[in-house]
Amino acid sequence: MTATTGQAAPPSRYLLHDKPLWRRLLLRPEAALILALVLVVVLSIVLVPHYLRPNANYTFSTLLLNAIPILFLLLPLMLIIVTGDIDLSVGSVLGLSSATVGLAVQAGIPLLVAAVMGVLVGAMAGVINGVLVTVVGLPSLAVTIGTLALFRGIAVGLLGTTAITDFPPEITKFFSGSIPGTPIPWQLLFWIVLAIVFGVLLHLTPFGRGIFAIGRSIETATFSGVNVNRTRLILFVLSGLVAGLAGVFFTLQYSNAIGSNGNGFELRAVTAIVLGGVSIWGGRGTLIGAIVGGLFIAALNKSLQVFGVGDDAIYVITGVALIVSVVIASIAGFISRRRKVQASVA
Amino acid sequence: MTAVIKTTPARRSFGEWLFRARELSLVLLILIVIAVTTIAQPTFLFNDGGLRDLLRTPAMLIVVAIGEAIVILTRNIDLSVGSILGLTTYFVGNLMHTAPGIPVLVDVLLGVVFAAVLGLVNGLLVAFLNVPSLVITLGTLYAYRGIAVLWIGGNFVRPEWVPDGFQGFGKDGVLGIPWLLIVAAAVMVFFGWFLAGRRTGRELYAIGSNPDAAVLYGLRTRRLTFITFIISGALAGVGGIIYLSIFATGDSKVGTGYEFQAIAAAVIGGVAIVGGSGRIWGVALGAFFLATLGSALPVLNVPSLWQQAIVGLLIVAAITLDRVFFLVRQRRARKAVMV
Repeated sequence: MTATTGQAAPPSRYLLHDKPLWRRLLLRPEAALILALVLVVVLSIVLVPHYLRPNANYTFSTLLLNAIPILFLLLPLMLIIVTGDIDLSVGSVLGLSSATVGLAVQAGIPLLVAAVMGVLVGAMAGVINGVLVTVVGLPSLAVTIGTLALFRGIAVGLLGTTAITDFPPEITKFFSGSIPGTPIPWQLLFWIVLAIVFGVLLHLTPFGRGIFAIGRSIETATFSGVNVNRTRLILFVLSGLVAGLAGVFFTLQYSNAIGSNGNGFELRAVTAIVLGGVSIWGGRGTLIGAIVGGLFIAALNKSLQVFGVGDDAIYVITGVALIVSVVIASIAGFISRRRKVQASVA
Repeated sequence: MTAVIKTTPARRSFGEWLFRARELSLVLLILIVIAVTTIAQPTFLFNDGGLRDLLRTPAMLIVVAIGEAIVILTRNIDLSVGSILGLTTYFVGNLMHTAPGIPVLVDVLLGVVFAAVLGLVNGLLVAFLNVPSLVITLGTLYAYRGIAVLWIGGNFVRPEWVPDGFQGFGKDGVLGIPWLLIVAAAVMVFFGWFLAGRRTGRELYAIGSNPDAAVLYGLRTRRLTFITFIISGALAGVGGIIYLSIFATGDSKVGTGYEFQAIAAAVIGGVAIVGGSGRIWGVALGAFFLATLGSALPVLNVPSLWQQAIVGLLIVAAITLDRVFFLVRQRRARKAVMV
């Protein structure tokens, strides 16, 4: 029992905790996932031969570099899922942005301008999704399935079977490189800034409370004064914007603009988010959980890769991980509901 | 409201009428596509097998789209049909190769059962664990595709594996109508009758229009949802078998992205993406239109690379137009009440 002894009537039920803070933290789904992440890395170091070859920095920097596109995509996508919507087009927006950057550079436009164009194309894609969802009033699932095909189709149509690979080597070296002596990629610094912005936005601002409120109940949120459609529109635009940015970074990291860039990334991002304890029904979850989910998948992929399992097995495992994580969430929800019913009966 | 509600028949604009008579406008669109393409390139219709290809190519999409439409009707979605289709193609082709003693009909039936089991996994997870179908089938989309790649690798079905009789079934027909189109038409007639006329069929619409009300009404929604996914899987399998009979080959990539075509055909054919409304023969026409457009584009010198973009555009356009006309009708109905 914590500090409420001595007060005649506790002010609020929510301030009463029967367990100390460290136990409550340990019981959160994020804690289990962090544990699983550490376990995967430790077990890989011990069990997988050549895991730390040629050195530990190399292993972890490639792990992080592979994870970064997904880590970018999942920041706004997590917020969208908390409102109860979904954006399945993120991987295609990444590809469209990548194609834009590639074609712009090929046409002789300076790289910085090309990069801005890529981000703007992403934002425009987000505006299209957002307007169709909020103004026209269509379900986000249907809209983004359509634009998933549409944006990918445009990227493939524009580039055809060509790959644009001539980007300035010093730039691509920066985007695929790490801070000397550490496994931390330069790109990760951009991402950390963005992650802090999104974390503050979701967890510490009225706008963020509104996001959770929308996920719990759109009606209640509306009557509480949340501008529901404005919030949803902003989130879709942010999602497009960040996916556009991720497309620019991805292109420069791999020095390659092809039509299939980012194919299937929506699966990996959604899996990371759901795995991180964010409810697919909306209204529940933490950004840190989603991020750990992304890192967990990346670590798992890396271990399997070093172990010699091909990329295709990784698709199977990601798909199964997605299903297992929602099934576990569903069963956990069922058990906790039943406990609540029993508690209220007792 | 004290005022008498005026019952003047709502006047419809021509565009709305045309759009609501969805099947008619689809028939017109199909004819326009065929006419334009034939004028640009007469061999499209009038060369050896041109008409046959025109009639048999849509069969595959029709069958798969009908399965998808049945799932969408209940306010769910099945993203895994393309992967199921691909796996079934190789499963049946491989069966014909490794066990040539088995009659082809048994091969085909085993293929459908195989696909139905893949759909059953989706159905179990969606119906009995209350997990959104989107998430489950997104997972199985990649899981099944991954299994296909692991199993098949760089291998592929070789034409000599596939018995000549079966390939003939894909080529020939009766009275100029390909067998494959007859199969698709039979699937259409059966499920059209089932959904429009049978009690269970009507219950599927009820689930789609209001899932909560359907539960309160006493419908066994879980069981019905479960069954729709089995149907969708099985029909995707039939699609894979049709693919095999047309092309007599198939690698691990068969059917990639086909879920978009199926969804597009369903929504173009008038199935509401939020469930509860739509007709099967509309879906069949939507699929026919999409498949015809797909084979017309390369003839019209539009690179096939753009096909996916067009499919995406058609999905977005179809659901947007549906919604806009719904809003217009709603506004008009509200005005009528106010008078």
